[in-house]
Amino acid sequence: MPWDRNQMAARAAQELQDGWYVNLGIGIPTLVSNYIPDGMDVTLQSENGMLGMGPFPTEDEIDADLINAGKQTITELARTSYFDSATSFGMIRGGKIAMAILGAMEVAENGDLANWMIPGKLVKGMGGAMDLVAGVGRVVVVMDHTSKHGDSKLLKRCTLPLTGAAVVDRIITNLGVLDVAHKGLHIVELADGVTREQMLAATEATIV
Amino acid sequence: MHKIYDSPSAALEGLLHDGMFIAAGGFGLCGIPELLIQAIKDAGTKNLTFASNNAGVDDFGIGILLQTKQVKKMISSYVGENAEFMRQYLSGELELEFNPQGTLAERMRAGGAGIPGFYTKTGVGTVIADGKEHKDFDGQTYIMERGIIADLSIVKAWKADDTGNLVFRKTARNFNPPAATCGKVCVAEVEEIVPRGSLDPDSIHLPGIYVHRLIQGDHEKRIEQRTIREG
Repeated sequence: MPWDRNQMAARAAQELQDGWYVNLGIGIPTLVSNYIPDGMDVTLQSENGMLGMGPFPTEDEIDADLINAGKQTITELARTSYFDSATSFGMIRGGKIAMAILGAMEVAENGDLANWMIPGKLVKGMGGAMDLVAGVGRVVVVMDHTSKHGDSKLLKRCTLPLTGAAVVDRIITNLGVLDVAHKGLHIVELADGVTREQMLAATEATIV
Repeated sequence: MHKIYDSPSAALEGLLHDGMFIAAGGFGLCGIPELLIQAIKDAGTKNLTFASNNAGVDDFGIGILLQTKQVKKMISSYVGENAEFMRQYLSGELELEFNPQGTLAERMRAGGAGIPGFYTKTGVGTVIADGKEHKDFDGQTYIMERGIIADLSIVKAWKADDTGNLVFRKTARNFNPPAATCGKVCVAEVEEIVPRGSLDPDSIHLPGIYVHRLIQGDHEKRIEQRTIREG
């Protein structure tokens, strides 16, 4: 059985290390915060100006001045600090954030990432994604392995405009885990019940 | 020194002209200068260029200036929540310059700090790098981005004293400090103006040197995505 969204998020949480400052993107990456291993000390950054992002608020705790980068209401923790956007991206660009976990539309075998625009369709903007992939220590992508039509999203070359060139380190899909290696993608792990043959059949990118 | 004005319109008196360039603070609808935006709408100033991370929603924030077609161009990182924006953009009525969010923040910071350009890795190898100077430092390629200097900055803070020292609250700080610094003139709207001496000098987020005019007012502070947990 391929992994579902929560299983992908749980697998992504295994990428975390004690003491790390981490940025989680919108969508499945946000779910990763539900699976931080007990006893592990991880500080979540929200690029709109916060370190130490807490859970969603209760009705009584809602505060219009306290949102995450997805514009959702959130809460603060005892460790929380706030800062302006220039400082926030200073820590991102400056390599202080150990890892970003992001969604993707396409990843190429050289680590190119496309996740911000589809030409001819509605363009919403890249937000902070280009800064994150250019600046953080490690980029982990969580995505479906194939499109709704069964086409591979792990490609030899991206067809969509890039968010960053050669920036992805690891890809977690519903079929398993792959690393961007020299001259192609390397299979690290298969989801339970997924065979190597199934992974190969679903992947356009070169597997090495 | 007299920085306090009676109303948003009074605070903008003599500062607005058609075709001007305005830098605005805020992220989504959080920490936006909602009263000054309304006053710009009331003034009817046209052909505006805005450097602002987002463009508001249809009926709040910069979105209200799109409804009245007062905006010529947006410099933003994300404009997803605004149907009227998309309509005007797709029909060619509105220009749009996408900047990566950190690049936009740094362009404001740099402009306000007397730095006309800087090099960044962000956007190398993407369409953002097209036409920009590339330069290698220590084996890595960077692109040059320009500092922003706006005709006017409009920002929102939590508290101010009468000298314009500003304190922000939680994530409502966001783009407000860099936006404030990059304008030739900065007008700030706050929830409360407190007596001189009542703000801790060690806890001022933006010194009053950057703030030229000040108003106090009631803020709607609309929430874009009300998300709760059970509890």
